[in-house]
Amino acid sequence: MTDAVIEARGVSKSFGTTRALEGVDLVVERGTVLGLLGPNGAGKTTLVRILTTLLAPDAGTARVAGHDVVREAPRVRAAIGLAGQFAAVDDLLTGRENLELVGLLYHLPKAERKRRAGEVLERLGLTDAGDRLARTYSGGMRRRLDLGASLVGRPSVLILDEPTTGLDPATRVDLWGFIEDLVASGMTLLLTTQYLEEADRLANRIVVIDHGRTIAEGTASELKDQLGGDLLEVTVADPAALDRAVELVAGLAHGSPTVDRVKRLVSAPATGKAAAVVAAASRFQAEGIDLEEISLRRPSLDDVFLALTGHGAEDVAAGSGERTASAGGAPARRARRAS
Amino acid sequence: MSAVGSLEHAVGAPGGQLPDAAESRGRFRLALADIGGVTRRNLLRTIRTPRLLVFSSIQPVMFVLLFRYVFAGAIHAPNGSYVDYLMPGIFVQTALFGGASTAVGLAADLQGGIIDRFRSLPMARSAVLAGRTVADLLRNIFVLVLMVVVGMLVGFRFHGGLGHDLASLGIVLLFGYAFSWLFATIGLLVRDPETAQIAGFLPLFPLVFASSAFVPVETMPGWLQAFANVQPVSVTVNAVRALASGAPAEHWVWQSLVWIAGFLVVFAVLAVRQYRRV
Repeated sequence: MTDAVIEARGVSKSFGTTRALEGVDLVVERGTVLGLLGPNGAGKTTLVRILTTLLAPDAGTARVAGHDVVREAPRVRAAIGLAGQFAAVDDLLTGRENLELVGLLYHLPKAERKRRAGEVLERLGLTDAGDRLARTYSGGMRRRLDLGASLVGRPSVLILDEPTTGLDPATRVDLWGFIEDLVASGMTLLLTTQYLEEADRLANRIVVIDHGRTIAEGTASELKDQLGGDLLEVTVADPAALDRAVELVAGLAHGSPTVDRVKRLVSAPATGKAAAVVAAASRFQAEGIDLEEISLRRPSLDDVFLALTGHGAEDVAAGSGERTASAGGAPARRARRAS
Repeated sequence: MSAVGSLEHAVGAPGGQLPDAAESRGRFRLALADIGGVTRRNLLRTIRTPRLLVFSSIQPVMFVLLFRYVFAGAIHAPNGSYVDYLMPGIFVQTALFGGASTAVGLAADLQGGIIDRFRSLPMARSAVLAGRTVADLLRNIFVLVLMVVVGMLVGFRFHGGLGHDLASLGIVLLFGYAFSWLFATIGLLVRDPETAQIAGFLPLFPLVFASSAFVPVETMPGWLQAFANVQPVSVTVNAVRALASGAPAEHWVWQSLVWIAGFLVVFAVLAVRQYRRV
């Protein structure tokens, strides 16, 4: 038996005819960070709601901090902290009042909840704003306060549902710093995200789910290795040469190329490191096709994600963060409402 | 609990009360503390939105002025003074209309995600609903006192003696509290503040206006009288009116208390069931 702090076995959940989760298994070991990655509607939030006792599964079992999420829900609640994507803080309370209310609901004595509220404010850099109403906070401050609220009970397990969705890049990096501090202090963390960069930076292991099923699992580098080597990318100067470029790349690579016609970019997995670039460059030169750019790079989690889910693989090419962002937004709300 | 070790380690400070240890101090006392915390939160919200409080107080005042000075001449009160007839109806109406904010508040909390947070905490399951309805009861006390003052200013007087007068206000508050569980159920069902606002008022209009609150039931068509005579708002207004005017009241008070108890039981059960489901 491993030291699993979160353990889900065959968890299934349907809403009417929509099957949100179909037999998901998941293990988070003590002191590690698991990134649960998936597009909107994949079932991430449903799984989080089951693990935090907000929702009962139709089938399967889940244990958190050693307790069954259905039969021993109160014990699970006492052990976990939850922070969600919608920053569940009360606008009309001050930051400090928000935290003290959570402390009261953890049944902490008055002096203790004051102390912990002060501690959490300090830790999240909100001490100066602590006595202002939360509605005066910026988006990033609200997320920090929300994260802080999940820390008041000193949970051993922290579950963060898309903690940085909707934040600007700089604020996101700030929040990552705070989350990294928590992890460094020994907390076990389950983090859902649709930002691959976030999973790459914070998570020890990654589980990719789509349509309610686990489709891949491993460390970021294991997942990247699944693509088979590096990515050869070629950008042609003349759009007319694109089809020929695809044929050439197909001959050089060991996987089928993907094409972005707008960017005139062809990419495919390739082995052979720098030699592959040299070989490709000389083939294109021999054919008289002008190249704007040629490169070989390690696949990003974005590439893995695209390869695994197939979402947007034909209309978006590798390398840009745009596609994860464009997959976000409104559907997340619908997914949540449906759950 | 083994988890405690790691969380001590995590935050690096001595721990406080553990939920396990706290459970043994009596679940009831803890539940009361939870209800107190949620109530305080809701009251702070009310106090910090003074404009909402002001405008929601203006509405019943307008009703008083409208009926007292516009409609009064056309309505023949059974015992002479229309303002004495009117104000018990206004009290009950105010308590009910105020209760609609329970539906709006809960729906807003659901939408804002704060209910998810509450439900993920080791707090009493009943506290979110109880804290909401108790806060709305306290706010109703404030508005009711205001309405009594306004009533006095336009000529209303209690004639029941202190005990009966206070009892009449007590019934108004109890009735409003029982209804706030209906509104809690509505708020949890519709899950959206704007819809809750409208849905909350729907049951109120027939109950408040097809009742003895503003006009004698005898002036209504026969088929409507059959409804208006027995429905809870009429019965309660009659009880309040009888107590406040010093008339024999037992008959109405008794019936009103049965309605109050019925509403409390039925809608507390429905609301809690819906709360577990959201």
